[in-house]
Amino acid sequence: MSIQEEEQAIIEEFSVFEDWMDKYEYIIELGKSLEIINECEKIEENLIRGCQSRVWLSSRFEDGRIFFSADSDAIITKGIIALLVRVYNGRTPKEILSSDFSFVGKIGLKENLSPTRANGLVSMINQIRNYALAYSVK
Amino acid sequence: MDVQELRHHFPILSRTVGGRNVVYFDNAATSQRPDTVDECQKTINAFHNANIHRAVHTLSAEMTDLYEMGRESARKFINAESRENIILTGGTTAGINLVANTFCPTFMKEGDEILISEGEHHSNMVPWMIQAGMHHLKISYIPVDASGHWDMETCRKRLSGGRVKMVAVAHVSNVLGIINPIEELIREAHKTGACVLIDGAQGIVHTDVDVKKLDCDFYVFSGHKIYAATGIGVLYGKKDCLESLPPWFGGGEMVDVVTYDTFTAAPLPLKFEAGTPNFVGAATLTPALEMASAMKSAEIEKNTLEMTEYLSSSLQAVEGFHLYGTGDGKVPVFSFSVEHCHHEDIAILLDKMGIEVRSGLMCAEPVIGRFGQTGLVRVSLAPYNTMEECEYFIKCQNRVLNMLS
Repeated sequence: MSIQEEEQAIIEEFSVFEDWMDKYEYIIELGKSLEIINECEKIEENLIRGCQSRVWLSSRFEDGRIFFSADSDAIITKGIIALLVRVYNGRTPKEILSSDFSFVGKIGLKENLSPTRANGLVSMINQIRNYALAYSVK
Repeated sequence: MDVQELRHHFPILSRTVGGRNVVYFDNAATSQRPDTVDECQKTINAFHNANIHRAVHTLSAEMTDLYEMGRESARKFINAESRENIILTGGTTAGINLVANTFCPTFMKEGDEILISEGEHHSNMVPWMIQAGMHHLKISYIPVDASGHWDMETCRKRLSGGRVKMVAVAHVSNVLGIINPIEELIREAHKTGACVLIDGAQGIVHTDVDVKKLDCDFYVFSGHKIYAATGIGVLYGKKDCLESLPPWFGGGEMVDVVTYDTFTAAPLPLKFEAGTPNFVGAATLTPALEMASAMKSAEIEKNTLEMTEYLSSSLQAVEGFHLYGTGDGKVPVFSFSVEHCHHEDIAILLDKMGIEVRSGLMCAEPVIGRFGQTGLVRVSLAPYNTMEECEYFIKCQNRVLNMLS
């Protein structure tokens, strides 16, 4: 699946929720299902600044593709990272850099995208882009 | 006035969030503004807007009167002696910075101490830290115990060391919500010759402040936490204290005579009011403080007390719950953590149900860190909140904890 197809799949999954509660319960489930990050990766360098919750995002570059692992101490944030990881894991830097990350808005989490909202989603997206940018020049 | 009548003065309370009437529980950060403050601002825009203290024309004279009336309202509200005691500032932070920046270089020398408590807001820590760094001063702390109360014995010990020249403490901590024993501290500090500044950002809202009775040297508060506009605040100072301090910001109305070589400062209070002040904000102090006085009716105070008791007991009944700041002198400011639940998750989900609470460090990182937390949830009430809202919050809180467990 391409990034666009994966995004579309998520948009469709979210379209079935009738109220916020079902949606957030699903996000919380996603948060719980996110693969557990190695404790050794929860280091200062992987910590994303500007978040009310603590968010760690690390990456490795293999055969031209980027693989992410992430964690947060807040479960909703963790659920949102799980979505981001699902879409952007195993992509090339070029694919990531040409994505506009707009699906987060389309699934009704736009309030979490506001740059003034102190929950770090914007910082997380920036960090994914930064990793892609760094690997693209390698 | 009863609570329902009071609520009619706050039109924002009938807006909805998430399809429900908003429950505004973040009053310790910013209170809502009554229609009377809104009308005051509108009238100024429509009739009186002009720069103050300068021109001879009608508009300027009227606006100057409104500005000075704001000062007079503040004076009356805290029972200060005269208008010379009331400096209008940008807010609590601006007031503390003014005192820190003028007092420390004038009256303190290397090795002298500033005594603050462990429960202070960053605004009453960082200005002193900056001065301490510049002038080689020391900051010492009044310990706060597990229930949020000051350790007065250690406090007395610090004072008796003889190096404390300034004591700067919160009347009520914005995290712990406990009325601190400032009368006792002021007496003790004065015995040793130290000056006392009270950060009244929360205290002005939850107590009756009488600066003459308190005998503090400085008392600072913000307008926006007590129903006035944002960007206006009050610094009360004893006259001799204010006169002994040099001007800080220069320019505007703070001068008497200016030559190419030097200047003389204007008399109090204008000496500390450089530049064009926030005159619209200052004017809103009058209707805002009138509203605050009207809220001191027996009926409204009874409602606040009942809500405080209800939340104190209901919140503590939740499993894994920890309330920071308990016991004597509790005001309706509740900061808490819940085991295995992140403060941000709780706040996001409560917002979905129309309840606005604060989460995070609340500009008091050291004390929250001391309790071993990376943040807390804070519920802070105002007199226009209702018991129904508190009950609804407890119901929602349980629902949120179920979702997160």
